[in-house]
Amino acid sequence: MAVQSVQPSEGPELVQLLTPEGERVEHPDYSLDLTFGEYRDLYRDLVMVRRIDTEATALQRQGELGLWASLLGQEAAQVGAGRALLSQDFAFPTYREHGVAYCKGVDPVTLLGLFRGVNQGGWNPYDKGFQLYTIVIGSQTLHATGYAMGLQRDGSDGAVMAFFGDGASSQGDVNEAFVWSSVFQAPVVFFCQNNQWAISEPLERQSRIPLYQRALGFGFPGVRVDGNDVLAVLAVARDALARAREGSGPTLIEAFTYRMGPHTTSDDPTRYRLAAELETWKLKDPIERMKAYLSRNGMADGDFFAQVDAEADALAAHIRAGCLSLPDPDPLTLFDHVYAGGSSLLEEEREQVAAYLASFEEAVH
Amino acid sequence: MATLTLGKALNEGLRKSMETDSKVLIMGEDVGRLGGVFRVTDGLQKDFGEDRVIDTPLAESGIIGTAVGLAIRGFRPVCEIQFDGFVFPAFDQIVSQVAKMHYRSAGHVKLPITIRIPFGGGIGAVEHHSESPESYFCHTPGLKVVSCSNPVDAYWMIQQAVASDDPIVFFEPKRRYWDKADVDTAGAAPLSLWDANVAREGSQATVITYGPSVKTCLEAAAAAQQEGQDLEVIDLRSLSPIDWEAVFTSVRKTGHAIVVAEAPVYASLSAEVAARVTERCFYELEAPVLRVTGFSTPYPTSRIEEDYLPDLDRILDAVDRSLAF
Repeated sequence: MAVQSVQPSEGPELVQLLTPEGERVEHPDYSLDLTFGEYRDLYRDLVMVRRIDTEATALQRQGELGLWASLLGQEAAQVGAGRALLSQDFAFPTYREHGVAYCKGVDPVTLLGLFRGVNQGGWNPYDKGFQLYTIVIGSQTLHATGYAMGLQRDGSDGAVMAFFGDGASSQGDVNEAFVWSSVFQAPVVFFCQNNQWAISEPLERQSRIPLYQRALGFGFPGVRVDGNDVLAVLAVARDALARAREGSGPTLIEAFTYRMGPHTTSDDPTRYRLAAELETWKLKDPIERMKAYLSRNGMADGDFFAQVDAEADALAAHIRAGCLSLPDPDPLTLFDHVYAGGSSLLEEEREQVAAYLASFEEAVH
Repeated sequence: MATLTLGKALNEGLRKSMETDSKVLIMGEDVGRLGGVFRVTDGLQKDFGEDRVIDTPLAESGIIGTAVGLAIRGFRPVCEIQFDGFVFPAFDQIVSQVAKMHYRSAGHVKLPITIRIPFGGGIGAVEHHSESPESYFCHTPGLKVVSCSNPVDAYWMIQQAVASDDPIVFFEPKRRYWDKADVDTAGAAPLSLWDANVAREGSQATVITYGPSVKTCLEAAAAAQQEGQDLEVIDLRSLSPIDWEAVFTSVRKTGHAIVVAEAPVYASLSAEVAARVTERCFYELEAPVLRVTGFSTPYPTSRIEEDYLPDLDRILDAVDRSLAF
């Protein structure tokens, strides 16, 4: 039996508040009432986040980063989710949540350390409520669930958002996280960016049913939102976080989007997908539809767009300068922080390596 | 002073930890209402409530993965893996997440998680209930690994493990759960968590061991005494890191070293001990370091497990070979 494509299109269940043409539409369950300034801020976020990605990709191509995982095409999903989070909320990202990091206030330069190879996560997760990137697929969904159980025990009004992708939905850990959060009614929102591709594997290799429908089997609601519509994502994410805060347990959000770039800079998507697919999704670009909406409704003019572009240029310059000035770590720091309480074994090894390195310096003099 | 079984000593130690620090949580399968299949957590849920003693869904990766999140939030989870052979569904979370978080985060994120695992054979169990997987965890940087061998150590070591800011895999010798000893629950811990213990002083050969094999080695040493052989028995207690000075001091004194453990011999903790002793005590050794261990097979069926486990005769045979070298 041939494997049928289960999701030929987004489907009628897709929550949308802004069409690809930039027309504002209403939805019976989700509404959003923003000021002109707030609409403009979302547009600015989208442009900034794309610029972070473009600059980092360029830095990788120029040999300054070893690798970069591009979010191109997923800006609205990440900005919508990121702006729904409050300061007391904690985000558990994959390795592609640069846009969420930006919204949480993490300096984009610190994201580059991992990809430049100078550290394994250059920020303190507690500073902004943004955990280190997690590269093993799906592991962080359990961490998010545990953190949410901690919030319950602390009587906190915070909530947690766990990020993952369509490929991760096949992982045992993700399914265990669904079970746990449901059983304990943990205040966690599972935010799945379905970007259609897990490196080279299409969605139909992960699921026979739409991903959001899986939530029902675990005992909590699932919703599919247009992941290229920042307004819809913001509304849906706010709603899910509110549910979590009020003790109603988890929600699965499937942000239906598309990875416009390669999986990472090491990937070659021309080997497994058609250019026509890319063209179709270009028409659903998250930034263009927001720009059309702002222009058409007199919320922004040419000056505003030029100013945003200038801000993006400044951010790109900051990222570039910051990347180039990230220092290589001292070799002996490889022994740092293995344990909070130290270890006699490591102390011995550090001394041996220090003596070994020093022997070269003596030889030179 | 109280006479406690090893299992009850762990229970009392856990109770003390929970009383001392409100952030200490216990989580695992059947740890609450049932009190654990070995009753190590007996009565704790009744006294500390369901929020602190959590009966979890049956998913080991979930136990450890959510413990990571709770620890990030500032809790101090004590996770029970019901049996040694069931730790592997959680292996990825332990090795890739628990072990590395402090390192990756440059010390910003501490994971003070204790992972309790009843381990070893000798109870006539079905497969997956008698294994000794400690070498996997000793091999993993970022974890600390300890094993108690008697009720006194059980009482103190579990409290020290829970109080540690590092993740600790705590191996409990399940066939010794019912061994009894007098435990002075007042006062202070007699040893640090990282100290090896000279369980028996002797002059002619050093037997290096840990966990359930300590008792076997002490019995072997008593039998050897009858034949005029004076054995020193070192209980490692901490398997990673190892208190090497205690080991080297003893081997330099006796010139003979025999490592005893239940785990399969190949690429095991016993291999590490043999290699380091050889490297560091080369001139004092009068014989190669010998090992008496489980064989390079899966753990066998219970009717022949006595042929697999290091026993008194195999230990004495190795002692004879070492002394005759």
